[in-house]
Amino acid sequence: MSIIATGITKTFGAFKALNAVDLVVPSGKLVALLGPSGSGKTTLLRIIAGLEQADAGSGRIEFHGEDVSNTTAGKRGVGFVFQHYALFKHMTVADNIAFGLRVRPRAERPSENKIAERVAELLKLVQLDGLDRRFPSQLSGGQRQRVALARALAVEPKVLLLDEPFGALDAKVRKDLRRWLRQFHDEIQLTTIFVTHDQEEALEIADEVVIMNQAKVEQVGSPQEVYDRPSTPFVYQFLGNVNVLRDIAAWSATGPIHDNGRLAADGLLYVRPHDIAVTRHEPGALGVPAVFRHAHTAGSQTLISLELLHTRETVEAEISRTELAELAIKLNDLVLLRLRPSHTFQHDYAI
Amino acid sequence: MASTISNLQRHRPPATSQPKVTQDPVWVRWLLTTIALLFVAFFLVLPLASVFAEAFRRGINAYFAAFNDPDALSAIRLTLLAAVVSVPANLVFGVAAAWAITKFSFPGKSLLITLIDLPFAVSPVIAGLIYVLVFGLQGWFGSWLSDHDIKIIFATPGIILATTFVTFPFVAREIIPLMQAQGTDEEYAAITLGASGWQTFWRVTLPNIKWGLFYGIILCNARAMGEFGAVSVVSGHIRGETNTIPLHVEILYNEYNFVGAFAMASLLAVLAIITLVLKSFIEWKFQQGRAEA
Repeated sequence: MSIIATGITKTFGAFKALNAVDLVVPSGKLVALLGPSGSGKTTLLRIIAGLEQADAGSGRIEFHGEDVSNTTAGKRGVGFVFQHYALFKHMTVADNIAFGLRVRPRAERPSENKIAERVAELLKLVQLDGLDRRFPSQLSGGQRQRVALARALAVEPKVLLLDEPFGALDAKVRKDLRRWLRQFHDEIQLTTIFVTHDQEEALEIADEVVIMNQAKVEQVGSPQEVYDRPSTPFVYQFLGNVNVLRDIAAWSATGPIHDNGRLAADGLLYVRPHDIAVTRHEPGALGVPAVFRHAHTAGSQTLISLELLHTRETVEAEISRTELAELAIKLNDLVLLRLRPSHTFQHDYAI
Repeated sequence: MASTISNLQRHRPPATSQPKVTQDPVWVRWLLTTIALLFVAFFLVLPLASVFAEAFRRGINAYFAAFNDPDALSAIRLTLLAAVVSVPANLVFGVAAAWAITKFSFPGKSLLITLIDLPFAVSPVIAGLIYVLVFGLQGWFGSWLSDHDIKIIFATPGIILATTFVTFPFVAREIIPLMQAQGTDEEYAAITLGASGWQTFWRVTLPNIKWGLFYGIILCNARAMGEFGAVSVVSGHIRGETNTIPLHVEILYNEYNFVGAFAMASLLAVLAIITLVLKSFIEWKFQQGRAEA
């Protein structure tokens, strides 16, 4: 079931949360809506779910080619999972999951036996067998979120919408659960959109990442595309560390700079730390001279801070521990920096 | 106000669990505790005990004889009637208002919140007078009402109106903060799962606010049965017709019928005690619910 949103605008008083946003989610994909807080991603998700109305006359929402803009949330066939779970506190896990089936009109309601079967099946699917009699308060955050997921799936939704599903969990659980979600998605193949402000999360599990900023979509692409070939300075800075270099002339003397003209508009150069090569300072050698100021050595890679000699800008470079050992430099030593060829955009790489 | 204090108590750990350095010296604790207890003894326990002492002064037979009077029975009936009408009316209004205030945004919302508090802010006597001015014989609708032979002031409808007015805020005040704290996510979740608005209310919202709602109802009921000022203005004090228990107590007392007055007063005192017990029970339940959440 594909989801297409066209020209969605939403204003809250004077604040524009969404400005003529378009979004296409192909059937069966896991898509991340990624952006800083206030970028409009949650609002877009809620409009897709029908929990919020887009401004009158602004665009439409289609599920599988069918216009659902004026369909109520309950009739759209969406499964919605909230950041803070929104489980019904006074009901057991089993009753929570069965809720969507029990509120159906009598004619469509399955028998209690069928409901019990379905609940057991879903509990198994989210790996919570045997917890059916517990109350939400007796579960951990990760378990609660899986109950919320099972509850949303009970009504056999056509699309699954997750609002910051791991936002309230601690780092370790968060990582486990997002990998689990990826596997889970591969099993059930349900068109899924999830909202997150965590770029690592989006890049790790999504088929496609939609990056939003200030009520607009900045870029859409696979995780590798958006990471390697950001189309705007915002995306460059939002996804991972980036050095913003002003002195393009000095850097272009060290080798060719290719950015497909996309970023040149602001006259700045955006370079990831791992695209900067560090060599010992030798007379006559090519490179931008810099002073070695600090090294963060905890981790598989070493992140070193350098101060450019001419502009006094601070630049970060990421090199392996072996490389750092081979350099044999001490703090405040002079080094030369060059752009690695890999940072360049390939010309035959069409978007 | 009472609920604010108990809210504070709910969240504070008991003093004994505090580390020693953050505790006041022993004499300060003793002094404050003694002052509080003495105050309670003199101003609350002693009067309460004296109500029962006076009521039983001439023995248990005289006590029960006091109720065997048509005027007394009529006062009890009228008080019950006023409560039976005004409490459900305020229950419906309170839930509707709380729902509107916490789940929707609409123009005039803050005005509604302020107006709900009006009966707390205004003297009950004024509240009674308002109804006399509106529905009384010389009032705005007075001639129309008397033309149609409808009696509101100095009759049962006036008493019910005045009682409803003074007990207006109790239910709404109790559940608005509760519903605000709970937010709307659970309701939204129910809606995306296909529940109708009605199903969402009965299956999701109501179970979440039920203890707060009970709390509001018992406070509302206690006030409805005990109200004096507003009811006194609209009642006209017609014996056997428009006297409620509190008004009847006053009449008997003014006639030096102390046993009768205190016997009737003991009914209200028992009501107060039952209310307090229920209130503690509900607070305890509330706390359990919170500990689970």
